[in-house]
This record gives sequence, structure tokens and C-alpha cells, in this order.
Amino acid sequence: MSWLTPTMQDLFLEAFWETLIMVGASTAISVALGLPIALLLFVTAPRGLSPNGWVNRPIGLLVNALRSTPFIILMVAIIPFTRLVVGTSIGTTAAIVPLALAATAFLARLFENALREVDPGVVEAARAMGATRLQIVAKVLVPEALPGLIAATTVAVVSLMSFSAMAGAIGGGGLGDLGIRFGYQRFMPEVMATVVVLLIILVQGLQSLGDYLVRKLSHR
Amino acid sequence: MAVMAGLLSQALAVPHSLGHTAATMQNSAPPAIVLEGLRKRYAAGGTLALDDVSISVQPGEIFGIVGRSGAGKSTLIRCVNLLERPDSGQVRVLGDDMLGLDDAGLNRARRGIGMVFQHFNLHSRRTVAENIAFPLEVAGVPAAERRSRVAEILPLVGLEARANAYPAQLSGGQKQRVGIARALASRPRVLLCDEATSALDPETTEEILALIRDLRARLDLTVLLITHEMGVVKAICDRVAVMEAGRVIEHGRVFDVFTRPAQPTTRRFVSEVIGHSVPAETIARLPAPEAGETRYLAHVLFAGPNSTRAVISQASREFGVDYNIVSGRIDEISGEPFGIMAVAAYGAPAKVTASLLWMQELGLTVTPIEEHA
Ligand SMILES: Nc1ncnc2c1ncn2[C@@H]1O[C@H](COP(=O)(O)OP(=O)(O)O)[C@@H](O)[C@H]1O
Ligand SMILES: [Mg+2]
Repeated sequence: MSWLTPTMQDLFLEAFWETLIMVGASTAISVALGLPIALLLFVTAPRGLSPNGWVNRPIGLLVNALRSTPFIILMVAIIPFTRLVVGTSIGTTAAIVPLALAATAFLARLFENALREVDPGVVEAARAMGATRLQIVAKVLVPEALPGLIAATTVAVVSLMSFSAMAGAIGGGGLGDLGIRFGYQRFMPEVMATVVVLLIILVQGLQSLGDYLVRKLSHR
Repeated sequence: MAVMAGLLSQALAVPHSLGHTAATMQNSAPPAIVLEGLRKRYAAGGTLALDDVSISVQPGEIFGIVGRSGAGKSTLIRCVNLLERPDSGQVRVLGDDMLGLDDAGLNRARRGIGMVFQHFNLHSRRTVAENIAFPLEVAGVPAAERRSRVAEILPLVGLEARANAYPAQLSGGQKQRVGIARALASRPRVLLCDEATSALDPETTEEILALIRDLRARLDLTVLLITHEMGVVKAICDRVAVMEAGRVIEHGRVFDVFTRPAQPTTRRFVSEVIGHSVPAETIARLPAPEAGETRYLAHVLFAGPNSTRAVISQASREFGVDYNIVSGRIDEISGEPFGIMAVAAYGAPAKVTASLLWMQELGLTVTPIEEHA
């Protein structure tokens, strides 16, 4: 990156790490939280394994509410919550909280859709063989949905890359923030171009990795 | 003509299914499956998917349930392992009162009942061997024992070479073999087949039916199967129940139901497999009746002690009716032979009716053939 000054190169390196940490941590958190929520939504749905409207409806409502709140608003709206969780409301760590929350809601729905794609006949066969609900979830639903779950995670990671650019608003840093502060506000087109190209390469790489895993794991 | 055909078919319909409840009692062992007075309605105000259905299946027999789509067959078979709960009635399988079991008890009981599905329902991400091992995994069988059981059962279904293949790499027939192997992995004594061959071509269907027949004998299984194809019943069932609109309208030994169907629906089913239809052109070429005469087309089925008598020539002589034999052949069900013949009877209407009723009294089955102009 010889077209950038050494100082700029250092800033890039730092921003790259910040993006990686924000996206990586919020992906890990949102997968860990989104999957159980999706399973709960799927299992308690009207024709699910244990239909239960009292669980299904409130959770569905909460997920929808989070998903329909624009990220930039969500980010500032939950500042008190963020402070409660990580002790600060600014910086990279603080940005992870709203990113993870938004991605959890997003993934919960995508995961739920992936679970719906599982052939209900396989679930029925497992029931007929005397599998418990827990066994059906662990040995049928999740393994059969795995390629779909990975495809959904890929979509979420790519969205998180884009969302993380907004994290600059609360001092989260990252590549997007670098692009805005230097490329846009200080009129450094070479910085902006580098940010965009880097993000494109990152997104392409992640998408290819996701597609590869899906292909490798599904046997259709 | 149409009126007469209607009267005849009414007069000729001799119900026989009533006698068979007694016949099933001859077997002294307790039945493997008893369904009693099952009722099931899916939606409040909707039609009854099951309307007072009672069936009992003897140990070691292959019992078929046949009916058109929507008759309630799947609902019925799913009530056996309680994939569907009946609104009322009794379900006993191998002595267990299924409806009285708690969740754990039901799961334990289900492990003793294998089930095979129309669309196989295999795990797409498990290999053949892993699919077959699934019920063992669910039952908590240790891995080493699972492996040896899978190795034992693969040759039974002829899939030794495909143990590590994924379902997507198999043909329909092979997939169903996996489905059967999986159903039998935990050594159940009862096998339920829900349209197990309906997604397969005729040749593969025969293969799978032969496999089920073979496994029944080797593993001493009781099989309850449902199908919309009478050919399946003819090929492997010992007894059959015919369902229509949520009710069992007729049941009995397959040979009896095939040779003496009592209900119009049963007759239509039976005619699919043994009442080879007479081509319209053949009917068109038959001579028209003379003035004062009628022409009556019928299938005559010869079974039982009178099947070797010269019935046609005797009827012709005694009633003064001419019989034109259109076609005929010999067939066999469960090893019992019977003959079926398509005839055109010519004569005075009263004489024709009398001659056909006489045949019916001899124990032959006379079914009118629809004439399409
Ligand atoms: N899950 C269900 N919900 C509502 N109605 C159903 C359901 N399953 C079956 N039915 C209805 O019950 C009747 C019997 O269906 P089914 O047992 O599947 O018949 P078959 O297997 O003989 O085709 C049909 O009218 C069908 O529409
Ligand atoms: Mg069905």
C-alpha cells in the first residue's frame, strides 16, 4: 500500500483489526444467541414440535421489533444497556453490543427459515423411532439445517461488515469509519478507494468461504 | 339396460365380510395391533378423518389397508404409533395401551415399532450406515454395538456396497431399502408401511414388496401397510381392509375380498388388478341382441369348489341363454388359483338375470361390465 503514507498504513492496520474484532465478536455472539432463539421460535410455532403461543408470540415480536429498528437508531437507543454490559458506551467494545444485538435478531429469523427448510418427513421419522424432542433438535434439526445455517451466517457476516461502518458514530473505529473520517471528511480519495476495495475483497472472500462450506456440507 | 345392471349388481352383492371377525379369532395368540373405535377430526367442524375404525392385526401377518387418496389411511396408520392422536378409541400394540403411556413410555414403545415412509424420509447428511444407525443412537446403543448391528442388517437389504453413500447418490429403490433397514435396526416386531412403494416404479415396487415379504418371514414381523394400489395388496397381504371416507367398508382374507367383493368401491379396486377391462372396440364388435332379447356383459370369477364345473354350458342349457366368451384367464392370490372370464349373455331379460343369479348361488362372482357407447 505504497500509495499511502506510513502513518496512514498504521491507521489502516488498526482499522482492519477493529473491523475484524467488531465483526468477529458480534458474529460469534449472534450465532450463539440467534440459534437457540431460532430453535425456540421453530419448536413453539403453531405446527411445531411443542406449539406454544405464549413463548412464540412475544419472542417473535421482540425479534421483529429489533429487526425493524434502523441500526443507527438502535445503536444510540441502547446506549444505557451497552454501558451496563461493557461498562462504556464508546469504542470498539461498545460497538460490539448493538452490532451483536441487531445481528442476533437478524440471524434468529434467517436461522428459523433454515430450520423450516428441513424436510418435515425426517423429523417425523425420528419421532416414529422414539426420539425425544431434545434428540430431534440435536440429531435431526441442527445437522440437517447446517448448510442453511452456514449460508445464513455468511449473509449476516456480510451485513455486519456494512453495519460496522456505522459504528464510527459511537467511536467504534474500523475500516468504514476510517473511510469516512479521512476519505470523505479530509478529502483523501486514495483512502476511500482503498477502504472500498479492501471491503470488497473481504466480502468476496467471506462469501466464497461460506459457499464452499455449504457445498461441502450438503449432500443433495 | 342400465336399470337392470343396477338391480343385478344389487342382487348379486353378497356381503361376506361379516363372517370374518370370527375368522380372525381362530388365532389364539393375542393380536399384535388392536385399533378399536378410532375417531379423529383434524379441524373442529371438519369431516371425520377416522369414523369409528376398528382393526386387529395378528402376529406374523401382513395386513393391508387400501383406499383412495383422502380415505383416512395415513391418519389410521399414524394412530398406531401415535404420530397422530385419535380423538377417541383404543390403540394397543404388542400389549401396550399406547394412549395410556407417558412421553418416556411412548418413546420406548415406538422403538419397538418400525415405520417406512412413501418419501423415505432419510437424513440427507447421513450416510446409509449412519441413517440405519440412527434409531440405535436414539435408543442409546453404544457405538461399537451400533456398528455391528448395521453390518448385520446391511446384507439383509442388499446394500453392503453402499454403506458410505449419501441418500442423494441412491436410486428410489435403494433409498427405500435404507428406509426399511433403518426401520428394522432396533429389532422391532411390528413394521408400519405408509405407501412404502407409491413413489417407486412397478419393477422396483415388486422388489421392495418381495423384500418385505422375505423379511417378515425371516424376522417374524407383523406388518401393517397402507396403499392406494390393489396390486400391492394382491402381491403380499394376507388380509385387507378397504377404507372409504374414514370408515372400513369391507375387510377379510385377501382371496375372499378379491374373489367376492361386497362393496362397489371394493369391486372397482379389485377390477384394477383382476378385472382386466374389455376394450371398447371389442364390445363394439359384439353382435347386437335380437328383438326381445337383451345383451348383458359381465365378469364371471371362478373360485372355490364350483370353479371346476362346466358352469357356462350348464347355464346355457338350463336357462336358454347364449354365452359369448369374450376373454378369460387364470390368476392366483396367496397361492390360491381362480379363473376370471368376460362374457356377453344373450337371451330374454328374465332368463339372463336368472342364469347369472344361479351362477352367483354356486359361489361364482358376477360383476357387470360397464358399456360405454
Ligand atoms: N394434518 C392434517 N390436518 C388437517 N387435515 C388433515 C391432515 N391430515 C389429513 N387430513 C385430512 O384427513 C383426511 C384423511 O387424510 P389421510 O389420512 O391423509 O388420507 P389417505 O392417507 O387415505 O390419503 C383427508 O380429508 C385429509 O385432507
Ligand atoms: Mg396417505
